[in-house]
Amino acid sequence: MSVLIYTESNEGKFKKVAFEIASYAKKVADMLGTTVTAVSINATENNALSAYGVSKVLKVTNDKLTSFNAKAYADVIKQAAEKEGAKVVILASTTDSLHIAPLVAVNLNAGFASNVIEAPLSVAPFQVKRSAFSNKAFNLSEIATDIKVLGISKNSFGLFENATSLTEEDFSLALSDADFGVKVINSEKTTGKVTIADAETVVSAGRGLKGPENWGMIEELATVLGAATACSKPVSDIGWRPHGEHVGQTGKPVAANLYIAIGISGAIQHIAGINSSKVKVVINTDAEAPFFKVADYGIVGDAFDIVPKLIEKLKAFKAANA
Amino acid sequence: MKILVCISHVPDTTSKINFVNNDTEFDTNGVQYVINPNDEFGLTKAIVLKEQNGAHVTVVNVGGVDAEATLRKALAIGADEAIRVNIQPKDGLFVAKQLANVVKQGGYDLIIAGTESIDYNGGMVPGMMAGLLGFNFVNACIGIEISGTEATTIREIDGGKETAKSSLPLIIAGKKGLVEEKDLRIPNMRGIMTARTKALNIVEPSADANATSSIKFEKPAAKSAVKLISSDNLDELINLLHNEAKVI
Repeated sequence: MSVLIYTESNEGKFKKVAFEIASYAKKVADMLGTTVTAVSINATENNALSAYGVSKVLKVTNDKLTSFNAKAYADVIKQAAEKEGAKVVILASTTDSLHIAPLVAVNLNAGFASNVIEAPLSVAPFQVKRSAFSNKAFNLSEIATDIKVLGISKNSFGLFENATSLTEEDFSLALSDADFGVKVINSEKTTGKVTIADAETVVSAGRGLKGPENWGMIEELATVLGAATACSKPVSDIGWRPHGEHVGQTGKPVAANLYIAIGISGAIQHIAGINSSKVKVVINTDAEAPFFKVADYGIVGDAFDIVPKLIEKLKAFKAANA
Repeated sequence: MKILVCISHVPDTTSKINFVNNDTEFDTNGVQYVINPNDEFGLTKAIVLKEQNGAHVTVVNVGGVDAEATLRKALAIGADEAIRVNIQPKDGLFVAKQLANVVKQGGYDLIIAGTESIDYNGGMVPGMMAGLLGFNFVNACIGIEISGTEATTIREIDGGKETAKSSLPLIIAGKKGLVEEKDLRIPNMRGIMTARTKALNIVEPSADANATSSIKFEKPAAKSAVKLISSDNLDELINLLHNEAKVI
């Protein structure tokens, strides 16, 4: 009855969140007095999991699963959970894992708690703390079903190394045609740019930038920091920046280590979307802007004056600390 | 085509979030309720599809009598009829089971829900409905076109988007992008008047158990005040981010 995790990979390599949920699962397994089993799909470096407390990996290698398919992936996880007799199944909060988790929960007739932010408060009864009301509150939830499914918020638990001897096992399984009812015909991905979902740092700008022609310095600052660029809702609504960059309650959520808001006043809906970021910096001409109430560090001043200077200073800092 | 739009009845995005009864219940005092924003994009898309291809649009909510004002608003925006499953929602799997029953009864071709509600942020009901019904499912859906019994959908993925084809019946969990903010409809007087005469049917829930339950709520600890740094002293900002916050 091990704890089962689905370790997501991209082109064969595990994503960082795979190690984060492994770290989390090890903690849960210790509380339950059991071990962690991972199921991976077309991953090539399975032994990397041993550093984070995983004792066994079920390796699925299947050409039909080369591109993501929610139902088929959920079917794989269900079969792995049944094989292992898993009572707790843990997934990440990436786009793909959010897509799969509810299907897995139904497959296993399990209660599902999403946006879980810390280790269970207790395992009998099974109680977890999750974020709710768009990061404006936390909810202590109890899962009553025999099998429990958890979705762990990105960047909430952290990485904990825990060297463990790992057994790798090939796991072949039958998939039904009904799993493949949604057929992908085209996938567009920006390459060479850090995505908001993966970014450790996000540089975000708002109407204070005055026009789309002024985003050059935002992109340059992001490049220096290895960050993703984002924007506020009004900026994407008026078409200065693409919708994919809109972060906030109705846009993309951000859970970065560092979030820098430039010329963004900090409407409540914007804050709701970015509040789970660890450290927040605001640069704004208006000292009364609501963002100053939620930020860790703030500079009152003109972005057009500050950002170019900050870029130069960061370049020097990076060169000195390389 | 029969379209079912699932509507959550949620506190307005600007609501103050407080709790009562020993922090076990949300404080509804002075709170305005609205159609969940993600659901409103889906509802508007359903109306657009109806205008383009012809469709019958039903809206459904699992909730108490207080949610009827929100359902009436959806009718005023252009839905043809409404269903309320008469129970306060407490658990995602339970709600999904109630909605799956409605789908079985009504025989819908397309079910549109929101990716998540802005109150409990569970993000699970649409996917669970798909699992229970065995229907095709597209999450984080930002575009859909229907041609006959086939749907072309666009879903948001990390760093891009993905286009897929699937046959109906289909469940999508939608968000902004299905339609844009500017396309959202404000009910006009005629819509509000006709909404009063449209059917709002109340059905009783099935006797499924809740898989999860809420024990209590907490508000985040008060934040310490922002550290202000002079715009002439950017070295200090870099120093703090490096040595204190350890994020660069």
